[in-house]
Order: sequence, then C-alpha cells, then structure tokens
Amino acid sequence: MSKRDIQFDQNGLLRHFLTIDGLPRQTLTDILDTAENFSTVGTQQAKKVPLLRGKTLVNLFFEPSTRTRTTFELAAKRLSADVLNINIQASSTSKGESLLDMLRNLEAMHCDMFIVRHNTSGAAHFIAEHVAPHISVINAGDGRHAHPTQGMLDMFTIRRHKQDFTKLRVAIVGDILHSRVARSEIHALNILGVPEVRVIGPHTLIPREASSLGVHVYHDMKEGLRDVDVIIMLRLQRERMLGAMLPSEDEYFIQYGLTRKKLALAKPDAIVMHPGPINRGVEIESAVADGPQSVILEQVTNGLAVRMAVMSMVLGRKQEA
Amino acid sequence: MSTCPKPNDLLKNMVSDLRELLKARNIENPCMIGIHTGGVWIAEELHHRLAINEPLGKLNITFYRDDFTRIGMHPQVTPSSLPFAVDDQHIVLVDDVLHTGRTIRAALNEIFDYGRPASVIFATLVDRGGRELPIAADVVGATIKLNEGQQIKLTGPDPLQLEIQEST
Repeated sequence: MSKRDIQFDQNGLLRHFLTIDGLPRQTLTDILDTAENFSTVGTQQAKKVPLLRGKTLVNLFFEPSTRTRTTFELAAKRLSADVLNINIQASSTSKGESLLDMLRNLEAMHCDMFIVRHNTSGAAHFIAEHVAPHISVINAGDGRHAHPTQGMLDMFTIRRHKQDFTKLRVAIVGDILHSRVARSEIHALNILGVPEVRVIGPHTLIPREASSLGVHVYHDMKEGLRDVDVIIMLRLQRERMLGAMLPSEDEYFIQYGLTRKKLALAKPDAIVMHPGPINRGVEIESAVADGPQSVILEQVTNGLAVRMAVMSMVLGRKQEA
Repeated sequence: MSTCPKPNDLLKNMVSDLRELLKARNIENPCMIGIHTGGVWIAEELHHRLAINEPLGKLNITFYRDDFTRIGMHPQVTPSSLPFAVDDQHIVLVDDVLHTGRTIRAALNEIFDYGRPASVIFATLVDRGGRELPIAADVVGATIKLNEGQQIKLTGPDPLQLEIQEST
C-alpha cells in the first residue's frame, strides 16, 4: 500500500493527513475553502464553534515545538474538542512502554485523533497504519519528510494575497536539505499549478534530488529572487546539522540572508513568508521580517483556520451506519 | 405538480408585516442577518426594501449543525460575516424555508457567540411545517402544506423562484 492510499477511507474521504505528496488538487482546494470559513471564528466574541464537541484529540509530540503544538491545541479548542498534551520525555515510553502499547492505551481511553510530531521521517505514517479504524492521524512534522498543515497554511496565505496560483513565481530560500516544510510546500505548489518554483541556497543545504521535485535550483540570491511574487525564507536548522555545513552564520547572512536590498530584486508587491521561529540576523533582517511586505504573523493566524479545517474534515467524515 | 407562489409577491407582504412588527415593538434601527444561501437572498431584498442602515449580516451555520457527524463537511467559501456589534442590537433573522427548526436553533447559537442581542425577530419566506423543535416564525411569507416526500426549494438569486420537488 502506498502512502497516499492510507490517507483516504473506503469512501474516498480524507481520514489521515500525513503528506501533501500525491493528493489531488481538489483535496487541497477543499482544505483552503473550508479554512476560509473558519477564518471568522477568531473574530467572534466567543471564539468557539461546537463542531467537534465531545471529540478527544491527543497532541503526541516527540520533538519540541511551541507554535505548531499551541496552534493545534488552540484550533482544537476553538472547535470545542478536548485536548490531551502528551509530553513524551516524561511519559511511559521512558519507562520502556513501547509506542504501540501507548497507542493502545490512548485508544482504550476513546481518543479520536492523534496529532503526531516526531524527528523520524515516516513516524506519523507508521502510527496511522497501526491505529484503530475510528482514529485519524495528522502529521505535525516528521523528520525531514513532511509538515503538511504548515504547507497548507502557507498556500492559504499565498492565495489570500495572490489569488491565482497559475501565474506565480515562488522562491524558497535557505536550508532546503533539512526542511520538511520546504518539501510540503514544493508538493503543494506543484499540485496547485504554480508554474515556477525556485529553491535558493548553498550547495551543502540543497538536496541532490532537488531538481526531480520539479524546482529550479539557484545558488545566488541575486539571480534567484529576480521578479518573484512570493519569497519563503526557511530557518537555518542548526540542531539538525551534523558536520560543518556552513562557514559561519555571518557569512550565511551575507550570502543568503534576506535584506531590504535583496528584497528589492523581487516584484514590488512580493510577499515575504517564514514558517518561524525566525533567526533574526541569520536568515532574515529585522527590517524585512517586521516590514510592510512581511506576512509572517498572518501565517500564524492562518495556521489556526487551516488546522481547524483539516481536523474537522477528517473527523467529520460521514459515518457508516 | 402544484403551483408555487412567486417570491416577489411574498416579499411585499413580508416587508409590510415586518414594518408593522418593528413599529409595534418600537424598534427603529434593526440589524438584519440572512442564513446562507437562500436566506441571504431573501434578506438582501428585505434589507433593501426596508432601507436598513446597518450592513447586512450573513451566517453560515455549518459549524453549528447538529448533524455534522452524519453529513460531514461540504467545502464552500461562504464564511459568516456580521459587520456590526451584536450586543444590545435588535436583530431580524431571515431564512428562505422553515422546516424542522434545527437551522434556526443553530443560527441562534451562532449569533449568541457574537454577543447578546436585545431581541431577535425571525422572518421566513415559506413555512412548510414539520417542526421538530419549539421554534416559530414572527413573519411568514406563505405557509405551504407539502405531501410526504416533497421538498420546497428556493432558487436564485436572479430570478428568485420557489419549486416543489419530489424527493426520490
């Protein structure tokens, strides 16, 4: 069974959300449209809708995260679901309980969804293969593989500013090698019909198979940023770098940091994105991160609507009688 | 095939009934909210004909439905928008067809998540009976009795038309 099959139930409805790779364009558009509806919930006096009342969601985070975990938790609470946060460092797995035993226990507590972050690629997929039939799994980032809800919230942000994906030139800049965000974005941009996706970064941080993903590779910011509509800056993932992949952070900033001067090479109405957390002065200058073309905080707000959309789509599938 | 009344004729009566009711309750500046999709069409007409100052509110009650786990999610871009403060406001809620009352229950819940209105008046183009909840309309364009297996549907917005369908 391929990875894309397991994401759909027998009626062809989205049951798990593990990767964007291989999903039909219609599914992505459905997620974006549904998220558009949820975007007004945050403006209500009572910022809550009763949609997932009585459902129990489990945040299973095997790797540290602030933004992703809190936005998943907040999104679930805005849907009136109950949320359980499991801190893996302090859980039974450190007492030798196996992962599958832990899953069985959570299933026995009648949980409905696992939101999984893990530093091993394929972890969420493994869990999805082994859960009870009524449980849905959402991948909140696995190794270098995928971070599909981040990819979708970035697409949502782009669509809000640029409407038509088929006329865009998008540049993803920085540490592509370690970035599951970049992989999910590239898949989503390709599926949504963006004609030109560029990746820009040093040789050491661009995966060798990059061109097979349907992107154009640049090593020079001045060439790569020319006339783009969207710039996505990536965080330098120092914690994942084993060897000396970079001369120094200062050198990196000179070559690949986004400054006002480099930003001027893009189209005048280009937007600047970053999945966070930002390393100011390493991959992006503060004047750009806080500048008029930056949509970085909008991405955070949109993350709530997109996560509400994905959670309600997978849990709101028509139940078999 | 039974003949359906023309929405335009019904709207005329609804406008005068609403005017009277608002006057009787001493409500001078009401806000109007239509329920997606048909209710918004009717509300747009009423809003215009009553010359209401506040912009029209629109509700998408999908997230408040009680049958969500049975019918699932239908993606469509129709977010709710209430472009006024609900608190202490007199509200006229509008829908096209009143049937079980469940839609109105959901709409009231959603309105209260935006604030505490001073009052809510409910106006519907058609009351087709079949209530499952203790909900009644204050203003009704027409009461239409349907046979079992029949549905009434508003199509529009231009032109607005009522149609009785035999469900299969």
